[in-house]
Amino acid sequence: MALTIAFWILAVVMILAALGVVLLRNVFRAALSLILCFLMVAGLYITLSADFLAAVQILIYVGAISVLIILAIMMTREVQRGSPPNRLQLPAFVVALLFLEVLVLTLINTPWQIASTPPLAPTTAAIATILFGEGGFILPVEIAAVLLLSAIIGAIVLAREK
Amino acid sequence: MTLGLEHYLILSALLFSIGLYGVLAKRNAVIILMCIELMLNAVNITLVAFSRYVVPALLTGQIFAIFVIVVAAAEVAVGLAIILAIYRGLEDIDVTKINLMKW
Repeated sequence: MALTIAFWILAVVMILAALGVVLLRNVFRAALSLILCFLMVAGLYITLSADFLAAVQILIYVGAISVLIILAIMMTREVQRGSPPNRLQLPAFVVALLFLEVLVLTLINTPWQIASTPPLAPTTAAIATILFGEGGFILPVEIAAVLLLSAIIGAIVLAREK
Repeated sequence: MTLGLEHYLILSALLFSIGLYGVLAKRNAVIILMCIELMLNAVNITLVAFSRYVVPALLTGQIFAIFVIVVAAAEVAVGLAIILAIYRGLEDIDVTKINLMKW
């Protein structure tokens, strides 16, 4: 019961924050709204008993990505001019609404095979075993490391003064 | 009313649609990047919800969500570096005015 109440509070605040990202005129306030949305997503992970992912969400999204975005906003000085919509506002709204409708109809009409077993309580050790253990995801982990390194080098090369 | 898989899926569909609208309808490149982050978060919620309700013992969805977060971090770093480079050259990040590569 408490889980249901928490879900509805998190869901409502998350959707309102996401709408704030899209609708607020001030870019800086939109970024703060985005951070609130990230926090609510971390709460949703907790209601899904994904404790490790909730911590990762707060560390990476709320901690790092939001700082990067705010830094970019400060360096591009677009705060006053705001975020006006372009000419495609109405078609974009229609496309998003149609996409949502198709998605929701498909979701409701699909018979999902819900498992009856309860979820693992602390997930960190299990995730580590799957990621680094025998027959696990060790090759994707190495590739992710290479991807991060190339992203760092690419960002430095792109952003530095000539 | 008990909490089910459909609640999370519809919630993430809503979040994804809001992000889609923002990507299609906004001029500011930073806002578009923020909306892409919203869409990636929606996909992550879907993955974790499937992991919780369909394969609770395997955690495969959570592993995929971790990789999505890694790629999102790389994407936002490179994307913001590109936006800063464009801003240095054009003094503007309005995506309707960035048409250097149009012929």
